[in-house]
Amino acid sequence: MAVDYLYYLRADKLPHMWCPGCGVGVVVKSMIGAIDQLGWEKNDTAVVSGIGCTSRAPGYMDMNTLHTTHGRALTFATGVKMAAPDKHVIVISGDGDATAIGGNHFIHACRRNIDMTLIIVNNNIYGMTGGQFSPTTPYGAKAATTPHGNIDPSFDLAQLAIGAGATYVARGSVDNARMVQKYIRDGLAHHGFSVIEVLSNCHTQYGRRNKMSDPITMVDWIASQVVPRNKAEKMSPEELQGKIITGELHRNAERPEYTDEYRKLIERVQAKQAARAGARP
Amino acid sequence: MPELLALTGNDAVAYAMKQINPDVVAAYPITPQTSLMQKFADFVADGEVDTEMVLVESEHSAMSAVVGSQAAGARTMTATSACGLALMHEVLYIAAGYRLPVVMPVVNRALSAPINIQGDHSDTMGARDAGWIHIFSENAQEAYENTLQAIRIAEHPEVLTPVMVTLDGFIISHGVETVQIFDTARVQQFVGEYKPAFTLLNPHKPMTLGSLDFSDFYFEHKVSQLQGINYSPKVILEVGREFQRTFGGDCCYEHFEAYRMDDAEMAVIVLGSTAGATRMVVDDLRSRGIAAGMVKIRTFRPFPYEELAATLKKVKAVAVMDRSLAYGGDGGPVHIEVRSAMYGVNNAPLMANYIYGLGGKPIDLVHIESVFTDMQQAIATGKFPRRIGYLNLKE
Ligand SMILES: Cc1ncc(C[n+]2csc(CCOP(=O)(O)OP(=O)(O)O)c2C)c(N)n1
Ligand code: SF4
Ligand SMILES: [Mg+2]
Repeated sequence: MAVDYLYYLRADKLPHMWCPGCGVGVVVKSMIGAIDQLGWEKNDTAVVSGIGCTSRAPGYMDMNTLHTTHGRALTFATGVKMAAPDKHVIVISGDGDATAIGGNHFIHACRRNIDMTLIIVNNNIYGMTGGQFSPTTPYGAKAATTPHGNIDPSFDLAQLAIGAGATYVARGSVDNARMVQKYIRDGLAHHGFSVIEVLSNCHTQYGRRNKMSDPITMVDWIASQVVPRNKAEKMSPEELQGKIITGELHRNAERPEYTDEYRKLIERVQAKQAARAGARP
Repeated sequence: MPELLALTGNDAVAYAMKQINPDVVAAYPITPQTSLMQKFADFVADGEVDTEMVLVESEHSAMSAVVGSQAAGARTMTATSACGLALMHEVLYIAAGYRLPVVMPVVNRALSAPINIQGDHSDTMGARDAGWIHIFSENAQEAYENTLQAIRIAEHPEVLTPVMVTLDGFIISHGVETVQIFDTARVQQFVGEYKPAFTLLNPHKPMTLGSLDFSDFYFEHKVSQLQGINYSPKVILEVGREFQRTFGGDCCYEHFEAYRMDDAEMAVIVLGSTAGATRMVVDDLRSRGIAAGMVKIRTFRPFPYEELAATLKKVKAVAVMDRSLAYGGDGGPVHIEVRSAMYGVNNAPLMANYIYGLGGKPIDLVHIESVFTDMQQAIATGKFPRRIGYLNLKE
């Protein structure tokens, strides 16, 4: 059945503020598609964001939404999840939001393995504030703050998430919305902390400075770089130079989930206390 | 020769920074400050300054880098707005506690929640007690001149206190005005070289900053920190007068400007850009024979209690305009200070507080006029219609 997108949107808030052709729209659509596929109730789902073009998304989504401060969405979301562990908590973040100002919270959410999903729209730039470089701006790329090309090494967000302990990690790109929706759905269904990095186009701030000022050119550029994981496995390191591997990159069903651990801890301590009380004459 | 340029407030401050030529600048973008640093970054990229730019990952890091750099003996600046300033909060106190003469332009903007990017004063008012000097600007020219003077004030050996120079978000930061940019060589002569008496990494005089200090001396150190800011009013006036003598500017160089106050019966008190509109209203009322006046506060910290009381005790009614709220307090923060200034003054004027412009809500001449109408009524009846009013608020 076709998805009734408007059911999940706040139509009175439209039109949205994004530039025509911005990749954030693809991600929001995929997100709604995934939620719909899983049959999650709007009232049981919280969408939390920080600040940025990407982080504007919850403003348009007709769910429980929390629009917070730059970089801290994961901490607010952790609070929501701890208070209501049986509800669904999704965080949508930009590359700057998640890994520059909020980098600390990112690694700790991964480490805890709390059952939430973080969707990072990685457009390699601070879109909202005018195109300053971010921790994912590629080496040599131009940004408002790197007019002569970026010399800062960049983060590989998916690898960072895996290294920090996230238990479901996937990377998609906006040229392939179907797969983005699949990774989001699998991440949402996963019990533990899941991270979906979506390579996205900010043609306005990134593209304009790097000879890709229209969305199509920029999405083509993204498409030219990505290689699905199964194909990459058959490629030599030379062939993989400059390529970005997409797909489900990591899954670990063994590591305990944080709210489960927390509940078990309470039960254990309460049982001990009850036993102690029962032992008293 | 001074140059007349069409500049936004942010550009004007960037020009001041260019002329100051700081050793180090840390930057992180936030609306409406971003274009200020962007302009300054152009000067760096074009080799017009010797500054080393540090592009950090948050404002907390920006202020931390500024503190480290200044402590190591470099003249260091940054600029911010709103939540950026809020995120620096912890480190603001450290800059002041280390007695580092950091100068930071702050482009005033509202704080979340709800999210808003327009101008109001809640950001810097939240940093009211951090130990910084706060200098407000009415327009781009003042923002430029205040930034230049701030270096001299902060670095004065008896002051050694950080200074924030504020300019109203969008109204000043993005509005284009004619700005007089003074001759760079003369500005640099005025600003002088930074020669700190104490710095880190000096093998002849090793030092420690900010170490653990419990009940033995913490209190004593914090009270001694007062010496700097308490000494600053004198320095602010000296520096202002020297600036005016040197460049012949016509901005406010005092702690506050008393506009048509000599024979005024009633006065509005304002900060920042609203002074421009208020001056127009005062002139209009004067032309109709109403004895209106205005006080524009330039230094909010340290607050000029005694001088202000001396000026205000001559009028019958005072209306304090606040562009932020002191939740749980007596209206807005400026009002609280003015009331405090008037305590113990015989026959003190009637006083009320008007909150306006939160989150960029427009303040028009009619709103300011209505404040004067209230004052006329207060003088006639002996009572303001309300203690705290809200201008241009939807009911
Ligand atoms: C404490 C704080 N500092 C700075 C900002 C200004 N700011 C808003 S969005 C943003 C960067 C956004 O970049 P990213 O997270 O990559 O999101 P995008 O706009 O690219 O989707 C910044 C620096 C802020 N809102 N709060
Ligand atoms: S500036 Fe970039 S990220 Fe923001 S809406 Fe436009 S294209 Fe999208
Ligand atoms: Mg981004």
